[in-house]
Amino acid sequence: MLFAIPLAWLQLKRERMRLFIAIAGIGFAVFLMFVQLGFRDALFNSAIRLHENVNGDIMLISTRSNSLISIQSFPQRRLYGVLGAEGVDKISPIYVGFGLWKNPFWEGLPKSQTRQIMILGIDPNDDVIGVSGFDANARSLIRLEDQIFFDKKSRAEFGPIPAKFSELEKKNELITTEIADRKVTIAGLFELGASFGADGNTITSEANFLRIFTRRDKGDINIGVVKLKEGADLYKTLEAVKKSLPGKYTVNPTLTPSEAREDFVVGEMRVLTKKSFIEVERKYWQNSTAIGFIFTLGTVIGFLVGIIIVYQILYTDVTDHLAEYATLKAMGYKNRYLLKIVFQEALILSIMGYIPGCILASFMYTGTRNATALPLIMTTERSILVLFLAITMCLVSGAIAVRKVQDADPADIF
Amino acid sequence: MTEPIISIDRVNHYFGSGNLKKQILFSIHADVDPGEVVIMTGPSGSGKTTLLTLIGALRSTQEGSLKVLGEELRNSTEKQRVALRRNIGYIFQSHNLLKSLKAKQNVMMALELHTHLSSQEQADMAEEMLKAVGLEDRMNYYPDELSGGQKQRVAIARALVSNPKLVLADEPTAALDKKSGRDVVEIMRSLAKDRGSAIVMVTHDNRILDVADRLIHMEDGELESYDLETQAPPERAIALG
Repeated sequence: MLFAIPLAWLQLKRERMRLFIAIAGIGFAVFLMFVQLGFRDALFNSAIRLHENVNGDIMLISTRSNSLISIQSFPQRRLYGVLGAEGVDKISPIYVGFGLWKNPFWEGLPKSQTRQIMILGIDPNDDVIGVSGFDANARSLIRLEDQIFFDKKSRAEFGPIPAKFSELEKKNELITTEIADRKVTIAGLFELGASFGADGNTITSEANFLRIFTRRDKGDINIGVVKLKEGADLYKTLEAVKKSLPGKYTVNPTLTPSEAREDFVVGEMRVLTKKSFIEVERKYWQNSTAIGFIFTLGTVIGFLVGIIIVYQILYTDVTDHLAEYATLKAMGYKNRYLLKIVFQEALILSIMGYIPGCILASFMYTGTRNATALPLIMTTERSILVLFLAITMCLVSGAIAVRKVQDADPADIF
Repeated sequence: MTEPIISIDRVNHYFGSGNLKKQILFSIHADVDPGEVVIMTGPSGSGKTTLLTLIGALRSTQEGSLKVLGEELRNSTEKQRVALRRNIGYIFQSHNLLKSLKAKQNVMMALELHTHLSSQEQADMAEEMLKAVGLEDRMNYYPDELSGGQKQRVAIARALVSNPKLVLADEPTAALDKKSGRDVVEIMRSLAKDRGSAIVMVTHDNRILDVADRLIHMEDGELESYDLETQAPPERAIALG
């Protein structure tokens, strides 16, 4: 692949302006792919953030639930039924509801005073949500009537809660506001983060939850969390759970046998391990919404833009050097040598364009992360994936552009 | 008697096909001996360049027999022709140097094909060759930084550096003024004579005809040959050349 004279590099270097434009173009395509893939992964990661932080081994949800934002309720007695199963240590309910939050520090129009927020109701006796800031002390605080915990990573539209909270804390005062027209007090802050489905989060006790959502009945829960006994086998316990639930056992026929072990339906209950609980949510956003598709399409567009840019650059380059290439052929160079030059140029361009594109994307990730509270980070996997895409992009362009090399006919230049 | 380096026997050549088929070369017959300097003259469109591209293995020979360096080119494959080209030095009407490479690297490009040479050997040979054409102080200049005569001298160095037995030149002085044109052919001739390379040169420039050992004249696809030592070049050849 290497020659004593690196002609590909020397040719690129000689045309500085063109090289600069090529790098800018490829860098842009790389940046676009990073943006699209980054947002897609951020969406999926934000959507499963709560799922990852639920402390439990087996989850029960209604068969009618698709995702957290449209979660359906089921009777808590189903969860009690599972308590007797071999291997089960503890059970705990989670109530999920969405209500309008009133910004207590509203600055007036045109900003809206209210915004929909997610409210989780838990049993204060159980350590069921393991997020930073929500400890045993927090759980005892939410026992008090109308006391809630607020997610400090919620979007700014809910008001400057975190700043005001620490300011008022010094004066021993607390922030009071309204959720779904119920007066509540912010007893503390925890850290989870906004998602595409929920712009902000709060946690309170099940009693307070039912005070806010007056139309919800006690025992009408959304997620049943099951904890295993120390050393209990997950799959044996799943079998026991299966037997303890009434109704017919069915599995989704599209699942593989190993997936079906961790995701099955008994009667009106869907039984999931924590792993598949996360996976189901991710798959919902990925496959059942337009969002996953849109970002994938965006990546494809970035890829195609890159191909066109690199093709234009390589085509112009080959055209400019056509007489030189014909001369090389007349000197006895094989066609293969010229093809190698074009592909080497493509490879050099892809790597030189990748570097600024990647750096720019890192800055954009940091900026977006600070502005939107979405978990946008430059992962190794994604940087390798985009590098791979960038190289593929340039090689495809190279493969189209080399056809022009065939035009370098030495019989014509004589 | 030594084997001729080029042996052309009843070569015909056509362009186009079907109704548009046009014969360009008519029963060409000629030999070139090793070390001989042959100048081919003739009006535009007479077929000189076509004959040169046939000898240079850039086209395949259609009819008759054409042997270059002992290799038959009739019905030759692309692979055979590529291999043969490596043993022929070329000088083009425009210098056709690689713009992105310095003078020395351009000369080295002719040596890269000869893989038994190390890059140090290639560099040494290229430097020596550029000295021989009087460009020792221009080795690291890009073609854009050289004058027309200097560029053509680099092209000569490139054509001769691998010591080819045959050098083909197509109007090497066309873009040059009288003085540099003269210099270029003088250098070409003396270097070729030193190395025993034969030269076939196509030219319109009658100021340089005297460097030839032999003159051949092409008119409407047919050849006439004159030996400059025994007979004077015909008026017609000069006038048309």
